[in-house]
Amino acid sequence: MFEAVAFYLFAFLTIAMFFITVTTSQALYALTALAAGMIFISAFFFILGADFLGAVQIVVYSGAVMALYAFGMMFFDTTRDVKEKHGNKLIVSGLSILVAVLVVVIIAAPIVSTNMSASYPMTEGVGNTQEVGMVLFTKYLVPFEVAAVMLLVAMIAGIVLAGKKMDLSLTLMSDDDVRQVKEEENKKVLS
Amino acid sequence: MMEITLNHYLVLSTILFAIGLVGVMRRKNLLMLFFATEILLNSVNIAFAAISHFYGDLTGQMFAFFVIAIAASEVAVGLGLLIVWHKRHGNIDLDTMSTMRG
Repeated sequence: MFEAVAFYLFAFLTIAMFFITVTTSQALYALTALAAGMIFISAFFFILGADFLGAVQIVVYSGAVMALYAFGMMFFDTTRDVKEKHGNKLIVSGLSILVAVLVVVIIAAPIVSTNMSASYPMTEGVGNTQEVGMVLFTKYLVPFEVAAVMLLVAMIAGIVLAGKKMDLSLTLMSDDDVRQVKEEENKKVLS
Repeated sequence: MMEITLNHYLVLSTILFAIGLVGVMRRKNLLMLFFATEILLNSVNIAFAAISHFYGDLTGQMFAFFVIAIAASEVAVGLGLLIVWHKRHGNIDLDTMSTMRG
């Protein structure tokens, strides 16, 4: 009973928030609605007993990703209304629903076709965080380390891309100045 | 009706995925496209967590963790590229990015 009420409430809230995100013409509204939707999604993880995943969802999405977007939006002109493609609405919705159903079929096909059994069954008597730790640091140790390297690469890429020439504004310079800066950079790379 | 099964979660995941896809297809602004991508990744995460719960297997949750890690790094690199593009050209409209048309 409690689970059903929580599921329907959060399902409605999540769908409403994400609907606002994809339909609004204001970038700030979209950002705020997306952050709210992320928080509501973490509620599903708590309902499903994946406590650690829910906490990670809040920390990573609502904390890190949203802060990153908020800082990134300082560089863009967010007061202007967002322009949208006005294609055939029927084609867009039809294709979206078709692909979404296809994804569910891909995920659900193994469940339907064979009797699926758990390869890493949950152990009794320990919390979700402990279980996650045990599986993550034994069976999934190599992917975990690869993910760590990937995050390091992404961090360096972000710093190099966004932090370059922070002290001068490339939008306010004339084209000749931009070209000059570019040539200097090329010389540096070549020498 | 009152008992929540795996199908409920899969249907919810489908609806959210469809919303995200509509966002990807009808947006012109690249920042909004990134938002829609986050919705897509999150909807799949719900499906993974639900299957993990109803089958008593932790693999689904592990995949959800890796999806979150990939989403975080995608945002970092993508926003960096977006800022560079915006500094150069002053807009982030998808239709103006046609320099590689050949």
